[in-house]
Amino acid sequence: MTRWLPRTYLTLVYLLLYVPILVLVVFSFNDSRSGYAWGGLSLRWYEALFNNRAMVQAMWNSLWLALSAATVSTVIGALTALALHRYRFRGKQVLNGMLFVVMMSPEIVLAISLLGLFLLVGLQLGYVSLLLAHVTFCLPFVVITVMARLSGFDERLPEAARDLGASDFTMTRTVLIPVIMPALLAGWLLGFTLSLDDVVVSTFVGGPSYEILPLRIYSMVRVGLKPEVNALGTLLLVFSLVMLMLSQWILLRSKR
Amino acid sequence: MKQTLLSLSNLSKQFDGKTVLDSLDLEILDGEFITLLGPSGCGKTTLLRLMAGFEHPDDGSITLAGQNLTHTPPEHRPLNTVFQNYALFPHMSVFDNVAYGLKMEKRPKDEIRQRVDDALAMVQLEDFARRKPHQLSGGQQQRVAIARAVIKRPKMLLLDEPLSALDYKLRRTMQVELKRLQRELGITFVFVTHDQEEALSMSDRVVVLKDGRVQQLGTPREVYERPANLFTARFVGETNFFAGRVDAANGDDTITVDVFGLKRTFRKPDFQVFEGQPLHVLLRPEDIRVLAPDSDDGVAGKVVERNYKGSTLDSVIHLDDGTEVLASEFFDEDDPTFDYRLGEPVKVSWVDGWEWLLPEEDADAEAEASADA
Repeated sequence: MTRWLPRTYLTLVYLLLYVPILVLVVFSFNDSRSGYAWGGLSLRWYEALFNNRAMVQAMWNSLWLALSAATVSTVIGALTALALHRYRFRGKQVLNGMLFVVMMSPEIVLAISLLGLFLLVGLQLGYVSLLLAHVTFCLPFVVITVMARLSGFDERLPEAARDLGASDFTMTRTVLIPVIMPALLAGWLLGFTLSLDDVVVSTFVGGPSYEILPLRIYSMVRVGLKPEVNALGTLLLVFSLVMLMLSQWILLRSKR
Repeated sequence: MKQTLLSLSNLSKQFDGKTVLDSLDLEILDGEFITLLGPSGCGKTTLLRLMAGFEHPDDGSITLAGQNLTHTPPEHRPLNTVFQNYALFPHMSVFDNVAYGLKMEKRPKDEIRQRVDDALAMVQLEDFARRKPHQLSGGQQQRVAIARAVIKRPKMLLLDEPLSALDYKLRRTMQVELKRLQRELGITFVFVTHDQEEALSMSDRVVVLKDGRVQQLGTPREVYERPANLFTARFVGETNFFAGRVDAANGDDTITVDVFGLKRTFRKPDFQVFEGQPLHVLLRPEDIRVLAPDSDDGVAGKVVERNYKGSTLDSVIHLDDGTEVLASEFFDEDDPTFDYRLGEPVKVSWVDGWEWLLPEEDADAEAEASADA
């Protein structure tokens, strides 16, 4: 009794987590048009997916947007974290708290306010508006990730580097950045993922000139679940797994 | 005669309105092993950080071999630091850590390799060049930190409590090692510690610091045997303080002092004395003689504590007037049964001439000195 209870519980939890994903993967190889009946193995939905030029374009758009949003927010976020960590200035606490406000505020509020802002300044809705919006919501996550790493950072390391003849810039390049690299990487990946699957903000600030994947899927599903979406989902899953393994591999290497 | 290498003059530093260094003057000689000794918060680490260039003085100047360094950034000062927790670069191998200073000088690769190998050989870590710092023991990390700091052949090495993270035995080994390195390299070592034993055993000269001021500067022997004030006496080693009163200033460079009602004849101290003046008679525990209760000499008391220390027997004796006396006696080979029972009545005495006299300081200073030490 005491033995099988925890096991059953654990099995249930994992089933709950993985069965939907498993169903999605299995049905992406299904030869049947219906999403609910098995019709044998086939790659036809993958074929259909890659023949759907709008879909492929949306995929590239999404990847490019996530890549640029993650990179921009990592650069700005890392600098912000460094400033917050290193200097004492007036309003530091307020600035710090404001990061959490952005993080905690409902996405819909952020979406509406960003849209309002873009319309006010007359910005054409498209790649630039999406990038600005995505950087906005990614930024706090990057700052907090990097700050966490910096809080455990030995303050003597920069001093040791300076003591041995490094200028402030050289010290940053050869000591500070390598040491906080895992946090930069983690922040970047977090930003990348957040950007890639964002729907709410993108719905508001996106424009017809730059269609991205989540919105494309969303509009596809509205007219009925196509098996193509399963294929797409599977590809995204594989992609995220590869990214995850890559980041783990880099982290492990940096520890060695 | 050794020449002055670094001179600090009138150095002052405040942090948030709290004075850490108070117009401090200090001359450090070329090639010496000098220790900054004091309790935490005495300003010793701040002083070291000012020399290294990590902090800037509010006032005063730092001059190294005639060159004013007061506002020079750390990377342009010809001195290097060994940090308390080593501060090794965690993402670099031992080799790259040690090579860092030379890479900053943009030395040719072959020269770097040669010099790093030599430095690692000097600290007996040739076989560890490719390891990462976290794969080394505390003592090995310490050696890497030293090799890294001396590779640029600095004029001066600053060591900020470098041994405090090591266990007792390793610390003793590293103390000997550091002394050997200093002799071999001929570099001036400025060593910061709060451990008075370490300071006495390693240094050519000791600077005793308190509240950002130099309390005493002298050889370990001077600091231990002839403390300049009550603070130094209390902080460096253990001391018995007996209240005395000048009975008479004799013509022949001696004075008669009344201690515990006994008239003892002491050497005349450096400071002015007058009849009836109260003073402190200082005696180190090893200067105390414990005698049989029926001897003619000495003050009566009883043993309240005994501590077997291997080579010595340390005891605490309560005198009849309430004074506590620490005594530390070597075992007498002729008397294998030498020991005390608790409560055993004894008499306490000392050899006149082994005492050290200090004038009374004002009450605040005395209370503070005993609190710090």
